[in-house]
Amino acid sequence: MSETANMRVFRGDGESGDWQDYSVEVEEGQVVLDVIHRIQATEAPDLAVRWNCKAGKCGSCSAEINGEPRLMCMTRMNLYEPGEQITVAPMKTWPLIRDLVTDVSFNYEVAKTIPAFKPRPREADGTYRMMQEDIERGQEFRKCIECFLCQNVCHVIRDHPENKPEFAGPRFFVRLAELEMHPLDTEDRLELARQDAGVGYCNITKCCTEVCPEEIHITDNAIIPLKERVADRYFDPIRWLGSKLFGR
Amino acid sequence: MVEYERHDYDVIVIGAGGAGLRAAIEASARGARTALICKSLLGKAHTVMAEGGIAAALGNVWPQDNWQVHFRDTMRGGKMLNNWRMAQLHAQEAPDRVNELEEWGALFDRTNDGRILQRDFGGHRYARLAHVGDRTGLELIRTLQQHAVHNGIDVFMECTVSRLLKDGDRVSGAVAYWRESGNLLVFNAKSTVLATGGTGKAFAVTSNSWEYTGDGHALAYWAGAELIDMECVQFHPTGMVWPPSVRGILVTEGVRGDGGTLRNSDGERFMFNYIPEFFAAETADSIEEADAWYEDKVNNRRTPDLLPRDEVARAINSEVKAGRGSPHGGVFLDIATRRSTEYIRRRLPSMYHQFKQLADVDITSQAMEVGPTMHYIMGGIRVDADTAATTVPGLYAAGECAGGMHGANRLGGNSLSDLVVFGRRAGLGAAEDAAAQASAPEADDAQVEEIVAAMRAPFERDGAEGPYDIQRDLQDTMHNLVGIIRTESELIEAQERIEGYKGRAASVGVYGHQQYNPGWHLAIDLQALLTVSEATARAANVRQESRGGHTRDDYPGPNDAEWGNKNVVIRQGADGEMEVTTSPLPEMPADLQELFEE
Repeated sequence: MSETANMRVFRGDGESGDWQDYSVEVEEGQVVLDVIHRIQATEAPDLAVRWNCKAGKCGSCSAEINGEPRLMCMTRMNLYEPGEQITVAPMKTWPLIRDLVTDVSFNYEVAKTIPAFKPRPREADGTYRMMQEDIERGQEFRKCIECFLCQNVCHVIRDHPENKPEFAGPRFFVRLAELEMHPLDTEDRLELARQDAGVGYCNITKCCTEVCPEEIHITDNAIIPLKERVADRYFDPIRWLGSKLFGR
Repeated sequence: MVEYERHDYDVIVIGAGGAGLRAAIEASARGARTALICKSLLGKAHTVMAEGGIAAALGNVWPQDNWQVHFRDTMRGGKMLNNWRMAQLHAQEAPDRVNELEEWGALFDRTNDGRILQRDFGGHRYARLAHVGDRTGLELIRTLQQHAVHNGIDVFMECTVSRLLKDGDRVSGAVAYWRESGNLLVFNAKSTVLATGGTGKAFAVTSNSWEYTGDGHALAYWAGAELIDMECVQFHPTGMVWPPSVRGILVTEGVRGDGGTLRNSDGERFMFNYIPEFFAAETADSIEEADAWYEDKVNNRRTPDLLPRDEVARAINSEVKAGRGSPHGGVFLDIATRRSTEYIRRRLPSMYHQFKQLADVDITSQAMEVGPTMHYIMGGIRVDADTAATTVPGLYAAGECAGGMHGANRLGGNSLSDLVVFGRRAGLGAAEDAAAQASAPEADDAQVEEIVAAMRAPFERDGAEGPYDIQRDLQDTMHNLVGIIRTESELIEAQERIEGYKGRAASVGVYGHQQYNPGWHLAIDLQALLTVSEATARAANVRQESRGGHTRDDYPGPNDAEWGNKNVVIRQGADGEMEVTTSPLPEMPADLQELFEE
C-alpha cells in the first residue's frame, strides 16, 4: 500500500523563510518523521531536522504539525485524511536555526540554575530506604524526555518572549516539583520557584499538560502543588509572622 | 589557512551517553579541565533508549547473588571470549555505581522493604537488574546529566568530531564542526576519551539511533589503535517487525523477564526446542518448571525464553525460516495471556505506549510480533581493563565503542553497568594521564588543513552522487551478507561491495549551505560507517567458527581448540590498508577459573 502525501514544510533560517510543498510517497504505518526523511533522501538533502531515536524516547524531533505541537516520530500519517495537506513547522517559541531546527539552549541554561539534588545521609546499613508509593509521583516526573513541547506551548513565553528571564517554564516546574517531593532530598528550592523560576506567572491553562507526549500531569501534579507550597510558605499570614519573629 | 575556534583542555570526552557523561564527571572531579563533546543535544544519546535495567549483584531480591555469580554469568554469556579482568571489575564495581546513581537522584523501583528492586533478565542466574519500569536508560542519562551540570564541565552540544589529531605517537586532540553553523573547532587535549557508542546504522534493521555510525571505533582505528572482536555483533531477539517504518525498534527483554513468552504460529513455546548443551544444566526443560521459576529460583531452573540473546535470536530466525513465523515475518511475544493488564501497564509502560501508538497493538490483550534487530556490537577498541587506555598513548575508550568486556555476546543489563563502571575508570585514567603531561599539546596546522579539506570536499562536487543511496546500499549489504547467519562466500562478496561503496563515498557530493546540513553530515559519517563495516565483514570472515553473536553457516558450532582463546584484531597497516590478525586472550587466574568448574 502506498499513497501520496501533500506535505508543506517550512524552509528557512533566522532571517527569512517560506513554505515549500512536497509530494511524497507514504507507506503503511509511517510517521511524519519517515516522510521528512524521504524528502531528505529524494528531493532536499539539506532539509534540516533534529532527531535521534525515532521511538518516542529521546524527545528530539519536536515540531508543530498542522499547528499542533507533537513529536514527528510518534505522529502516524494515518492520523490525517488521505490527500490532506500536512504542514510541518518548527517550534515557534525558540529562535530558528534552520528549517525545522530551533535553538533550545534556553532550556539548558535554566537547567543550570536549579540547585543540585542533595541527599540525606544513608541508613546505618548503607542503603537508602524509600517506599514505592513515596516515589511514584517523582517517577512520573522523571518520565520527562525533554522534548520542550510544554515550554513551546506555554503562552507566558510563547507570546511574551520578554518573560523568558523570569520564567523557567513547565519543564522546570516539573523538575522542581520532582526534587521537592524526592524523599531523600534536603535542599530548599521554594524561594527559587517563587522568585527566579516565576511559578506565579502560570495561570493554569494546562496547555503544557495537553501536549506532553509522556502524559505527565504537569499542571495538576507538579505546578499546582508547587504553587501551594509557595503560597503556604510566603503568603500564609501566620507563617509569615512566624518567620519575622523567629527567623524561619 | 583555515579558520577555526581553538579550545585547550586537559581531557576531552567524545560522546555524552552514559559512559561519556560518567567519564567527564570523573575527570572533572579529579581536577582535570574537561570538555564533553556530543553529536546531539545533551541527554539525547542512545543510552536514553535502554529499557530493561542495569545489572548489579546488589543481592536485594536474592541474597545468594554476589559478584562471583555475576562474573560467571557474564563470561558464560560471552562464550568465554571476554577479557576476564574487565568482566571481574564490572561485576565487582557495578553495585557501587548503582548506589552512586541513587545518591545522585535516580529513583529506581523499590522492594517491599524500600530497597532497590531487581528484575530477571536473560543469562542472569538471579533477578539482578535495577530498573525504573522499562525506561532505565532515561533515568541513567538524566541522573548523570543533572549531576554533571553542576560540575564545571564544558559541554559542546551538536558538535561532531571528524578526526583525532596526533603529536608523534600520541593523540593530542581533535578536529570538529558545529552542526548549527558548520564552523570548525580544534581541541588541544592532553588526553582524549572516546565514548561514542556503537555501529548499528551500518545495518538496515537496527534498534540504534542515528548517531550510531561507529565514530569512535573509526577515530581510534585511523589514529592507529587496535580493534578487537569486530565480528561479534548482537542481534537482539525482540525488535518490532511491523509496521515497516518501525521495524527494528527494541522490545525490552523485560517483557520476558516479567513473564512474557515466545510462541510460533502454532502457538507452541518453541524455545524449549532450542536449549543448547552449554546451558542445558541450568535451563528448565518443561513448561511447568519454567513457569515456576519466576517465583522459586532455588528449586527450578530458568525458562529458556531467557537464554542469552544470541541463542534466542537464532531460534527465532530458525522458526521463521521453517515457516512457523507470524504474519509479518517475526514470532509472537505473548504477555497478555500470562499477566494482568494492571501488572503489564505498571511494569512495561513504554512498551504499552510504543505498540499502541506505532502499531495499533494493545499488548495487554494481544501478542506482539517480534524478530531480531541489530542491537549492539561487542567488538570495539582494545583497552586496558583497569585504565581504559587504548593501544595509542593519550587515547582512552569506554562503553560500547570499547571491546573485550562482553566477549562474543553481551547479557542484557550489562551495558548500562558497563557504561558507568568503565566510564568512571576511563575518566580517572585520562585525568591521571593528563596530569602527568608536562606541556599542553599544540595542533599541527598541516594536519588540521588536511582534515578540513577532506571534510569540505563534498561541497566541491555538486552534482555528484549524494550520500543517502550509498548508506542505504551499505545497510542492505551488511543486513543481507554480514547479518545474523554468515557464510564465507557472502562475507567475501560483502567486502567487495564495501570496496565499491568506498569508491562512491570518495566522490560523494553535497550541495547547499554548511548550516545544519544533514546531507553533508552523512557524507562525513559515511567514512566511519564504511570503516567499521569493513572491519566487521573482514573479522567475520577470519573467525571460522560460531560463537555468541557471530554465527557461521559454514562453521556451525564453536571450535574451542582453534578459536576459543583468540581475539581477532584489526588495525590500519603502514600502507593504509586494513590488517586482520589474531592475538591470544589474556589468561584467567586460577582462582577465577575455579568458578567455572562445577
